[in-house]
Amino acid sequence: MNDSLSFEPPKAGSVVGQPVNRIDGLAKVTGQARYAAEYDLPGLTYAALKTSTIAKGRITRIDATAALREPGVLAVLTHENLPKMAQTPNTLAGKYAIYGMHMGYMPMTGDEIFYAAQPVAVVVADTFERATQAAALVQVTYEEARPVASYQSAQAEVFDPNGQGFVFDLKKVTRGNPQAALAASPVQVKATYVHAINHHNPMEPGATIAHWEGPDRVTVYDSTQAVAMSQQSLAVVLGLPQEQVRVITKFIGGGFGCKFNLWPHTVLATLAAKAVGRPVKLVLTRQLMFTSLGHREDQEQTITLGATQEGKLTTLIHEKTSTTSPWDIFAEPNAAILNWLYACPNYESSHRVARANVMTSTYMRAPGESPGSFAIECGLDELAAKLNLDPLEIRLRNYADLDSGTGQPWSSKGLKECYRRGAELFGWSKRSRQPGVTRDGQLLVGWGMATASYPVRPAQGRARVRLYADGHALVQTSATDLGTGTYTIITQVAADGLGLPMDRVRFELGDSTLPTAPASGSSVAAATVSSSVHLAIQDVWQRLAAMAVRDSQSPLFKAPLTDLTNEQDRLVLRKDPSKGESFAALLQRQGLTDIEGVGNSKSGEGFEADQLAFDNKPGTKQTKRSMYSFGVHFCEVKVDPDLGTVRVSRWVSVMDGGRILNPKTARSQIIGGAIMGIGSALMEATNRDEYFARYTNADLAGYHVPINADIPDMTVEFVDGHDPYVNAMGVKGIGEVAMVGSVAAVANAVYHATGKRVRSLPIIPSKVLGRDAV
Amino acid sequence: MEDNPFDKHPGGRPEDGSRRSFMKQAGGIVGLALAPPFMAQAERLTAFSKTVAGVSTMQLKVNGTVRTIQAEPRVTLLDALREHLHLTGTKKGCDHGQCGACTVHVNGRRIVSCLTLSVMNQGKDITTIEGLAPGNQLHPLQVAFIQHDAFQCGYCTSGQIMSGVACVREGHATTDHQAREWMSGNICRCGAYPNILAAVREVAGQSTKG
Repeated sequence: MNDSLSFEPPKAGSVVGQPVNRIDGLAKVTGQARYAAEYDLPGLTYAALKTSTIAKGRITRIDATAALREPGVLAVLTHENLPKMAQTPNTLAGKYAIYGMHMGYMPMTGDEIFYAAQPVAVVVADTFERATQAAALVQVTYEEARPVASYQSAQAEVFDPNGQGFVFDLKKVTRGNPQAALAASPVQVKATYVHAINHHNPMEPGATIAHWEGPDRVTVYDSTQAVAMSQQSLAVVLGLPQEQVRVITKFIGGGFGCKFNLWPHTVLATLAAKAVGRPVKLVLTRQLMFTSLGHREDQEQTITLGATQEGKLTTLIHEKTSTTSPWDIFAEPNAAILNWLYACPNYESSHRVARANVMTSTYMRAPGESPGSFAIECGLDELAAKLNLDPLEIRLRNYADLDSGTGQPWSSKGLKECYRRGAELFGWSKRSRQPGVTRDGQLLVGWGMATASYPVRPAQGRARVRLYADGHALVQTSATDLGTGTYTIITQVAADGLGLPMDRVRFELGDSTLPTAPASGSSVAAATVSSSVHLAIQDVWQRLAAMAVRDSQSPLFKAPLTDLTNEQDRLVLRKDPSKGESFAALLQRQGLTDIEGVGNSKSGEGFEADQLAFDNKPGTKQTKRSMYSFGVHFCEVKVDPDLGTVRVSRWVSVMDGGRILNPKTARSQIIGGAIMGIGSALMEATNRDEYFARYTNADLAGYHVPINADIPDMTVEFVDGHDPYVNAMGVKGIGEVAMVGSVAAVANAVYHATGKRVRSLPIIPSKVLGRDAV
Repeated sequence: MEDNPFDKHPGGRPEDGSRRSFMKQAGGIVGLALAPPFMAQAERLTAFSKTVAGVSTMQLKVNGTVRTIQAEPRVTLLDALREHLHLTGTKKGCDHGQCGACTVHVNGRRIVSCLTLSVMNQGKDITTIEGLAPGNQLHPLQVAFIQHDAFQCGYCTSGQIMSGVACVREGHATTDHQAREWMSGNICRCGAYPNILAAVREVAGQSTKG
């Protein structure tokens, strides 16, 4: 960006920051919002997956005769006749080449079975019912071997992946001298926390419609969080130039991380469409959602805390053991959050993993930070109890004024204000120090709290803004809106930047033909997309300004560029805003129907240099800063001492997410994240059979997620989170920080209610009553 | 249903959405499979039943309009709406009656359309999210959902709204506690429950603070 024109982010009084209703709300409440499986293409056919009944072994024979005899069946694809792929993620080189399929094994590339419900055949028919029935008729014979079910299995080989992780390297990290510090610590807490397998279970299953428009050109309507990355990845898999693959996701029915990676079912649908020469629709059944898009892995974390008698941390040691798949080395990096959350001079983290016959685990909302915060926030609570300290007080005593991990200053940190305001809203000062003594009738009442934090991850993306002389604008980027409010907040940003009412701005997203945006995940969408749109608008104004000063009929003719700014839809002299003209007048005189600008935004750690240049503060000394969102959750539970049932009865969250573009949609994200935490704390667990390595509760009747009756009134507030460093808009992101700490807040409240520390999730009645190991 | 357009339909006219009507559709096979204590009832049903096999013509009265489709008897009402009538506002979340995303109204009652067959719903008044309010108008609950931000991704929203309208009509939204309970057949994974509750309670005409 050149610095000839000063253009400020929207000011108070603008629509940015206002609780505007969702602009896609009308489409959603009338059933008009169209999701991936809802495109009616001529000649559409339906695919159904046949999946393996064993978790380990080999296919010895596949007989499709009966299936092919069924009416309407067009093809049965198996590993013997699947169209060839140019690349698969089944080798390390393949993983590097296919950027967005880095957690995958491409099935039907051979006869080997690695996990239960691995696809072994794709059946295509003219109707959904016929495809489904024919898939049941495909006869598969296996040579079966005994699978490994988890890191806990007797035959599991647990190893230290030190540095071998593909997505997260899982290196051992040591800061200071943690063991010596521990030996010298007068107070110590060591505890192991067990986390169940969790599944994202977005309401919309994974779904793909693949349509080959020519022998080397395909359009894929896919339920993906990552339109541009999917396009790139599919192109590599199919051996096509990237522009020959188009991915469209106008609406997506939730993702929470499981629709980030490109998964095999999308590739299989695309190959099936090629094989039958007609568009193919493949929608995963709810059951297959448990084995097709990853999950949060089964894991245990042992943390060892050393502290002074005053409760100041002296050392933090984190050891994690978890299950990974036969082909990946993946584990959520839980310990990372321990390295920045509190002031502590000594730190160590290490991982151990075991390969088991399971579908690979993947990112799930706040991957690492959520389960990691469960361990540290419960551990700190245990330390507070040991020292008879208030849980909030011990957090204040360990408040990190600098990032302990790097020694860097924070870009901004409103955590103290979150604590203060949250405690005030919740009435925390009235909490009894003693657990197990507060009652509401027969029920035990407990109060718990936990800190939330999540990094502002680096990301970049582009946007294009076309401003029409008739006073309308078109804003475009290939981002997706997971329900987080992208459609709405970007329209707000563009309306303010262009000085137009929101209904004159049309925002298009979810198409790989639009300017490349990052995947919606890691809480980068709001920050990156809003910043890129903001920069594109600045580009538009700069082009208009350059035009005006050269136009002898313009009131701004020959004005120095640095004297110009915009006011609403007018380009004006900064010192005399009455002198200027509307962009419409300027464009019309120039004989232009419209003008276009583009913006590329970089956001998060490592991009400060660009940022400072953009901020138009030449000469500002660059200091590398640590960039994080922060917050706190307060929770009240009521526990039935006879039944062991836990009900959440009150909730308060206060967050520092930087600039909040829309407090209404932002609040929805926070309550949504907290509710997912309540689910993980109290009910969510996928059970894998030890002998067969199959899930035994793979549907929504067996895998319990929170329902309306589980959730109380919730109070959410945001503190004023001005952050001049993170990105052009000062947005830190809130999608994941919303969940971080929420699990521990519930677990800590259960402890306070009962005096019993349940360290194994989910906290079900049998554990509260003490009949299971905890 | 005095002016029922389907009386002459070759596929027969099931009486209601119950399991019994399905057994009638399925014909004598069901009767043979039943154990002796149920035989008398099965025989009684069989005597009135007609067999439907393969692709046949069905007529569904959806949102006030009679629509004709060619479909097999095993096609669920949900798939008939989505795949045959292209009314994709009704969502498939689980196909097993566990999530509520496919909730529609049949003769004014809320049902999960994945657990009933299309053929069983001929002659009934089916209302989907697309027909909840006439023309370009919105039902008050649709307005309340927008106002209270009672959704994020929107995938459960049609089902939530169809359930919510019925919930209010049933008189099951008179307190927060009651409305939470009677809205619990509809899962929202984005976690918009407090906002859904606020919208339903507003339309129920009472305070949401209960």
